[in-house]
Amino acid sequence: MTVHNLYIFDRNGTCLHYSEWNRKKQAGISKEEEFKLMYGMLFSIRSFVSKMSPLDMKDGFVSFQTSRYKLHYYETPTGIKIIMNTDLGVPNCRDILHQIYSTLYVEYIIKNPLCVLGDTLQSELFNSRLDSFVRALPFFSARAA
Amino acid sequence: MSRQSNRTTDSKKMNSELFTLTYGALVTQLCKDYENDEEVNKQLDKMGYNIGVRLIEDFLARSSVGRCHDFRETADVIAKVAFKMYLGVTPSVTNWSPAGDEFSLILESNPLVDFVELPDNHNNLVYSNLLCGALRGALEMVQMAVDVRFAQDTLRGDSVTEIRMKFIKRIEENLPAGDE
Repeated sequence: MTVHNLYIFDRNGTCLHYSEWNRKKQAGISKEEEFKLMYGMLFSIRSFVSKMSPLDMKDGFVSFQTSRYKLHYYETPTGIKIIMNTDLGVPNCRDILHQIYSTLYVEYIIKNPLCVLGDTLQSELFNSRLDSFVRALPFFSARAA
Repeated sequence: MSRQSNRTTDSKKMNSELFTLTYGALVTQLCKDYENDEEVNKQLDKMGYNIGVRLIEDFLARSSVGRCHDFRETADVIAKVAFKMYLGVTPSVTNWSPAGDEFSLILESNPLVDFVELPDNHNNLVYSNLLCGALRGALEMVQMAVDVRFAQDTLRGDSVTEIRMKFIKRIEENLPAGDE
């Protein structure tokens, strides 16, 4: 099992953070285009899911998977969206993504007055903490790379 | 920031008197810096707003509260969870307007105004106006535009402190421009 990459978007669709670990194939477009594409797809899926749901929506859109990878999605009421791509064997990641939000994003970005909200995150502390957090996940295995 | 310990999400104990006095010093300084009370009120509101837009993230991270379904639920969460968490008091929610878009938070005690007396030459000062800004900023981040103001204030001789909140509209999320 492994983690491929991770995106954090804010409510306006700005990509605040991107990092990757075992990503073997690139999209072949610029990162900016890739972020736009990702955000646009999520925006559409979200509205699709909420419109088409035959039952009352609770957690909303949680994840989707293809034959090769699984995309985990977490959104806060403030519109911060965290997306993590993993391989197929990884179970529900809601708690883990919430943890990234509450123990990393809030602690190192929101509580740091020097970090301007809505800008791409520049904090090295955040980057390194996030990196070690992801590497320490039980299903993170560099061997799969 | 210098202090970046890896603390967990439990709330830290803080001396409430120190907090009250710090807030007092802040308002006093603003009164020195600005000519009139209206301007001070405006600055307090602005500071509160900036606090609110960040505080909401901390609030969501610490509490397990999800999205509220109506304004009544929002009112309950503000009173029972948020005020309790950050100010240690639990205001009561009353005076709903018939349409259900406006309510009052009644604070029996306001921790910001312990030891405070308004001097005679500051009749128009809304001492705790920072709270209004913080509420407005926090709610704006969860797609709610609200109007917040003080309706009663113990500092002006009223028996309780009353914060009036009015729902204005839901802020819709839009796809950023320039997308096909």
